Amino acid sequence: MTSPLHNKAAIAGIGLTGFSKKSGVSELALAAQCVKAACDDAGLDPGKIDGLVSYTLDSSDEIEVARAVGAGDLKLFSKINYGGGAAVGTILQAVMAVATGVAENVVCYRAMNGRSGQRMGQGVSGNIISSDLIHWSWYMPYGMLTPGSWIAMIANKYMHRYGVTAEDLGRVAISQRHYAQSNPRSFFHGKPLTMEDYLASKMIAEPLRLYDFCQETDGGCAILITSTEHARDLKQKPAVIRGVVQASTRGQEQMTSYYRDELDSLPEMELAARLVYEQSGLGPDDIQAACLYDAFTSEVIMQLESFGFCGPGEGKDLVREGALDINGRLPNNTHGGLLSEAYIHGMNNIAEGARLVRGTSTSQPSNVEHVLVSSGVGVPTGALILGPD
Amino acid sequence: MAPSFRMKPPMGEDNGWWWQAAAEGKLAIQRCTGCNTLRHPPRPMCGECHSMEWDSVVSSGRGTLSSFTVLHHPQFPGFDYPLIIILVELEEGTRFTSQLVNCAPEQVAFDMPVEMLIQEDPDGFRLPVFQPAEGSHQ
Ligand SMILES: [Zn+2]
Repeated sequence: MTSPLHNKAAIAGIGLTGFSKKSGVSELALAAQCVKAACDDAGLDPGKIDGLVSYTLDSSDEIEVARAVGAGDLKLFSKINYGGGAAVGTILQAVMAVATGVAENVVCYRAMNGRSGQRMGQGVSGNIISSDLIHWSWYMPYGMLTPGSWIAMIANKYMHRYGVTAEDLGRVAISQRHYAQSNPRSFFHGKPLTMEDYLASKMIAEPLRLYDFCQETDGGCAILITSTEHARDLKQKPAVIRGVVQASTRGQEQMTSYYRDELDSLPEMELAARLVYEQSGLGPDDIQAACLYDAFTSEVIMQLESFGFCGPGEGKDLVREGALDINGRLPNNTHGGLLSEAYIHGMNNIAEGARLVRGTSTSQPSNVEHVLVSSGVGVPTGALILGPD
Repeated sequence: MAPSFRMKPPMGEDNGWWWQAAAEGKLAIQRCTGCNTLRHPPRPMCGECHSMEWDSVVSSGRGTLSSFTVLHHPQFPGFDYPLIIILVELEEGTRFTSQLVNCAPEQVAFDMPVEMLIQEDPDGFRLPVFQPAEGSHQ
């Protein structure tokens, strides 16, 4: 049965602010800038926006952004939970709205002063007792206060089980840093990384070193979704959404799924893979490039297995073969990703997915038809497959 | 050491009882009284039989390491670094996230046997931590 979402909507515009470590402006200013930029990219009047979707972690509410950019009547406003796990989920909201006629032009955005403002991993606290706060409280009293500490527990188990080495993680970091050398937006533009640099970098949460971690960035990124039909009339080549899904599995926790059977795989990402392949009618052999969520290098290797590019434990072998590089089996995060371009909570990886379909990446591999993009790892997540019209 | 460096858990209906047991020196595991399934972290309903009735058992405090990480940075006040964080597979079959003490970071290993002890902060707050099990020292 064909999914009612398959090929119904497309990315018609992508918008970015500049990326920096200190924007000097409010998060709302960044949000308004990137939303306006996405409309400009598509050649759409921001007054035509009738849906806005963001992350629960985003401080700029939909109506604040709407007023700032001069949007008209809103028929959809929504925020998705679970940090970077929201990324592709925002697109799912937009696609469902467009496919059902609820809204016509939906912009998904994430804008943050991720370095100069509220930084990730500075601990979680609050006065109201919620189930979420109780969740974190199993870890906070022990000094587990950062995403790195939560992810390291799974990364260590996975690497131990399958013989993944520090050099394997380093290969992911180096590959993406190499892409960043062609991307002037990237924080690490002009700063390549060697294996020696990688191995000498500071140990943060064993087995993860400094260069296994994504950046902290001030910036914003927005994605305009409209019907595939409407997208054809706009300025850019549409990146048609073949499939888009959210996925969370039994025993799921936010960052700390330590109590289910699987400690060395990503069941929620395997579910995302199954669902997005079903919806798109495609499989791993049909995917030529990817933007796999890369808050940490270990996550990229694990996802190669989740999405069926290889069997369990074989992700490291693909990486050793250079699969992630521009002439490899699956060029990945060709903009540099969250590790080397900027950390806009995965929205900038979706933007790169659209560029890869348009053929406008600063490291454009030859013969890209379908691109896979994923949401955050270790949290309720999602996956997206883009292709040409 | 500052008396109140440690972030204290909020004491809600669904978890306060567990910390009360810890204050009494016990590592508690919630048990469904409908189907006897053990569950951790605690929650108000059994996902197996949907009973909201439960009691708890006291763990032996013995288990092995399912995984671990050694934290170096960032360093939060009051904790000693490198800080060894562990995921313990308890004898009873549930897992528990905690800290390993009385062990050098280079000695920690997968499947290592560990045993619980109660750590008491200067302000009287108590929480279960673990150390290498008796007889497992090299
Ligand atoms: Zn039960």
